[in-house]
Amino acid sequence: MLDMPETRDAVADKIGEPIIDVDVHPGLASADEIRPYMPRRMWELLGELGPGGRGGGEYPKAVPEAHRQDAAPAPGQVAGSDLEFMRRQYLDPLNIRYSLLSPLRYSGQTENNPDLAVAVCQAMNEWQRVRWTSQDQRLKASILVPIEQPEVAAQIIEGWADTPDFAQVLLLTRTADPLGRRRYWPIYEAAERHGFPVAIHVFGSPGHAPTPAGWPSYYLEEMTSHSAACQGMIASFVAEGVFERFPTLKIVSLEGGFAWLPSLEWRMDRAFDRFRSEMRHLKMRPSEYLRRNLFVATQPIEEPERRRHLMEIIEWIGVERIMFSSDYPHWDFDDPARVLPGRIGSEARTKILSGNAMRVYRLGL
Amino acid sequence: MKRHVVATRAEVDRAGRKLVEADGKPIALFRLGGEYFAILDRCPHLGGSLSAGMQVGLIEADEPGAVTMSRPGEFVRCPWHGWEFDIRSGKSYCDPERFKARDFAVHCLTGRELAEGPYVAETFKVEVEGDYIVIET
Repeated sequence: MLDMPETRDAVADKIGEPIIDVDVHPGLASADEIRPYMPRRMWELLGELGPGGRGGGEYPKAVPEAHRQDAAPAPGQVAGSDLEFMRRQYLDPLNIRYSLLSPLRYSGQTENNPDLAVAVCQAMNEWQRVRWTSQDQRLKASILVPIEQPEVAAQIIEGWADTPDFAQVLLLTRTADPLGRRRYWPIYEAAERHGFPVAIHVFGSPGHAPTPAGWPSYYLEEMTSHSAACQGMIASFVAEGVFERFPTLKIVSLEGGFAWLPSLEWRMDRAFDRFRSEMRHLKMRPSEYLRRNLFVATQPIEEPERRRHLMEIIEWIGVERIMFSSDYPHWDFDDPARVLPGRIGSEARTKILSGNAMRVYRLGL
Repeated sequence: MKRHVVATRAEVDRAGRKLVEADGKPIALFRLGGEYFAILDRCPHLGGSLSAGMQVGLIEADEPGAVTMSRPGEFVRCPWHGWEFDIRSGKSYCDPERFKARDFAVHCLTGRELAEGPYVAETFKVEVEGDYIVIET
């Protein structure tokens, strides 16, 4: 018999320097994993209703659960559900120093039932701590909050503020209202007070169409509309004056790519010059707020035919504002060794791969 | 050019595919009908393991709403980003101008033929009775 492995562990290319990855998705092997952290009635209710929201994001994701097909610990298991496997396939070979966890399934953030939303968020917060961050110091958790109940969300942030396992607050781009609205400000007030960046990941089920143009037919349309959702979300933060009220708040845009950002800033600055009388509460131009308060994660990085075009966009945005993210274990995973243009230079590369995240998340290598 | 004996025919037939190694390279072997094909087990896009990919057919449409499918199972879809490659040629279905998975010539030979050489059987002993898969690198 041949003594050969049946599958090859196709890890990403090795890279010499330590990496901070700001978007990784741990998965529940089954919902039972959060049962110990839920009040009994809420657990029953979750069983009766299933996880839910208002709808809008249910497009097929090209592959089941949007998972990389080689990332299941064993056939039929959920990708990202086994720490040992994650270490072997991802944390160790990619030389990961820190990973920011963004749980998406069963996150509770946009549950319709308000009590269930709180219960699931809190159970997932506890689950991250018990199953992940306390087992591996490289992992940092996200505080999940019921986004449509901002006062409650602020209390939840308060409750975890002294637990060093948590590094950020996690929101979603598609919410009932644009996230800059005043009713969401208790979340930002609490986050700023405790020095937590607010990461905003694409997706959500707000009940309206995922694209501003209406309900699409294909996954490609939904996927590419994330950049539109990010732009609407960011314009809202600027226009409502969130950064004027919370000047040290850090917003991190996750999984929306970034090539659209220069154009958004140009347009907003131009419009602002003309419409300033409507927004006297803003003291700086939109791009000035964004340069101070907004950071973008790389994945899914734009892949133009000519890599120099990507390089130009990175220069427009500014290397200091861009942080590496892999999206492991999802199908559109980006490899830190290959994702950045070769001509970027080692200093800028290190900023994107770790330096900027160290600063934003106050992490030490 | 070197010829490597990489598997018995029965081993490939069992699952219709097999991951092997020759010349230090990981190589994905596939069986389509009675033929055997080999491509480098490293996706030219970002390096995913093609031998772990799903096999799919060729999907075409001359106009919206007129979808046809042919050549079932003759394309392999990378488990990472879903790039598809023609198992027969290694050619990318997604972007044939820019991407191609390196392919290797494959032969199916009997142990008796192999005994005459010159073949490199790096990993196991060739028995005269069996049928063997040989690839060129």
